[in-house]
Amino acid sequence: MEVGLHSPWEKLIRPGMVHGSLYSDATIFKEELEKIWFKTWVYVGHDSEVPNLNDFVTKSIGPMPVLMVRNQHGEINLLLNRCPHRGNAVCVQDKGNRKSFTCPYHSWTFANDGKLMNYAFPEGYAGTDKSGLGLAKVPRVASYRGFVFASMAQDGPSLEEHLGGARRTLDQACENSPTGELDLSAGFLRHRARANWKFILENECDGYHPAFVHSSIFSVADSAIGSLYGNDAVAVTRGFGNGHTEVDPRPEFRRRDQPMSWFGTTAEKLPEYTAQMKSAYGDKRARQIMIDGMPHVMIFPNLFIAEIQIFVIQPVSAVESIQHVTAIQFKDSPEINRRLRQQTMGSVGPAGFLLADDTEMYERNQRGLEIRSPEYLYLKRGEHRERRDDDGFVVGHSTDDLPSREIWKHYRTLMEAC
Amino acid sequence: MDAETSERPAQDILKQWSGRDLSYADKVDADLHHRVSQFLYREAHLQDTHEYDAWEALWTDDAVYWVPANGADTDPEREMSLIYDNRSRIALRVRQLKTGRRHSQTPPSQLARIIGNIELLQSEGEDIGVACNSQIFETNLRGDTMWAARCCYRLRRQNGMLKMAFKKVVLVNNNKPIYTISFLI
Repeated sequence: MEVGLHSPWEKLIRPGMVHGSLYSDATIFKEELEKIWFKTWVYVGHDSEVPNLNDFVTKSIGPMPVLMVRNQHGEINLLLNRCPHRGNAVCVQDKGNRKSFTCPYHSWTFANDGKLMNYAFPEGYAGTDKSGLGLAKVPRVASYRGFVFASMAQDGPSLEEHLGGARRTLDQACENSPTGELDLSAGFLRHRARANWKFILENECDGYHPAFVHSSIFSVADSAIGSLYGNDAVAVTRGFGNGHTEVDPRPEFRRRDQPMSWFGTTAEKLPEYTAQMKSAYGDKRARQIMIDGMPHVMIFPNLFIAEIQIFVIQPVSAVESIQHVTAIQFKDSPEINRRLRQQTMGSVGPAGFLLADDTEMYERNQRGLEIRSPEYLYLKRGEHRERRDDDGFVVGHSTDDLPSREIWKHYRTLMEAC
Repeated sequence: MDAETSERPAQDILKQWSGRDLSYADKVDADLHHRVSQFLYREAHLQDTHEYDAWEALWTDDAVYWVPANGADTDPEREMSLIYDNRSRIALRVRQLKTGRRHSQTPPSQLARIIGNIELLQSEGEDIGVACNSQIFETNLRGDTMWAARCCYRLRRQNGMLKMAFKKVVLVNNNKPIYTISFLI
């Protein structure tokens, strides 16, 4: 089948059916970079990764590295790490603290807001206007509750419009912290997968796979996850629009009515955290937050909050991706933070009890697409039982393909746009 | 230049992956070196051939198994590690592998590793400190992967046998994106 820049998207993406080439075709991948990664809002990093003036950390937008910098005035800038002179990298460190960046090639020096400060032997540039020779900046940067997003498009919907109903999940995550603030400064594990990024995206709110992909760990460890994704589960999947999807386990946790059951423990076993929560929110509200727990949400196209960790999905090529993952910690709550880190390190990353096997599935899916027939993947599970919740969002059973359908619906809108 | 001096020092990129200096033993006891080498070779072949129970039996009850990320001397109590297992989590790791449903090890990775550059460290109390390198060839459904690591052990004599009280595996590319590593490293 011939695909390319003028692909008939309506043929590739049908209701509940998507063509295999969408996961493997290099031309489609290039088009995704232009129409998704370098256009819409993507997640870049978190406030807590650059806590001090002049801190910087290397992050990415799609396959492209960006420097996330807290400049001398405390603002977060996203700078492109390409010297305007000959293209060299002005910084090769992953992170650090600097007021300026000097290109090693010809010693051009830039302030950490991107402005060109000076160059070597300036007589050779007599009369040149420096203002047009700074580091390029990502045109739009916006943050919500400490989560920093970027868009390479000059214009477009605001971040709040883009997040829409999914903002609730970011609020919910922050509320689990007694200070209302999260800390994502524990460093990232970087897990490479020879698979298209959309296999990863679609798996994040796929509640159909855990019973099978993760049966090995569920059978040998106490885990409360299994019951969320069984045939009798009351947890739901939800589409917020704009490709954002979640598994909402709150109906199950509210049925259990046990604070911290979402984390597989009890409030009594976390006395300091429980006291902090009560003092921050009052007994009643704290109890409800601790029953509901953390969200499980996939913010399109690359931020996955998986209860206690965040994943940032990075596309490298049509057939190669990186999952960056770190523990979510609650600012100033050391007691629970240790458990959040320990559980994260056990579960995720290249050696994780869960993610090694998820990633194995992505890679097997990818290889499967080299087989020519059937041409389409089948995503119709639960189509007949989709319904609307009180807020008008579409919801389904926790094991339904609803999140995939929602992702593809939005994807098609973006790819069809000029 | 005050801009420079007010900044915090840059990380030493070499130290970040080579780690702090180790205290090597002043004199090498040839018998002990031989015994330690034999132990490390045995651990290596148990790992290569997926003899999970026999490998688990090499650990002491207070063991720590650590595979750091993003450097050699990160703080595992503050920063993410690839593996940071206490004894009960080592047991869980082995139990998961033995279910036969650990998909990333079904079929198991085919492995051959070389342990080399075995050097004794100055003793820390009763324990024997050891440093070595390991190079591992892995082939699995995805393809072929080479792994290289600088390792440190603390070995303990128990009932005439050596046991592992501590093992640290510093993958030399642990600051880069790496493929799944679900065999015993």
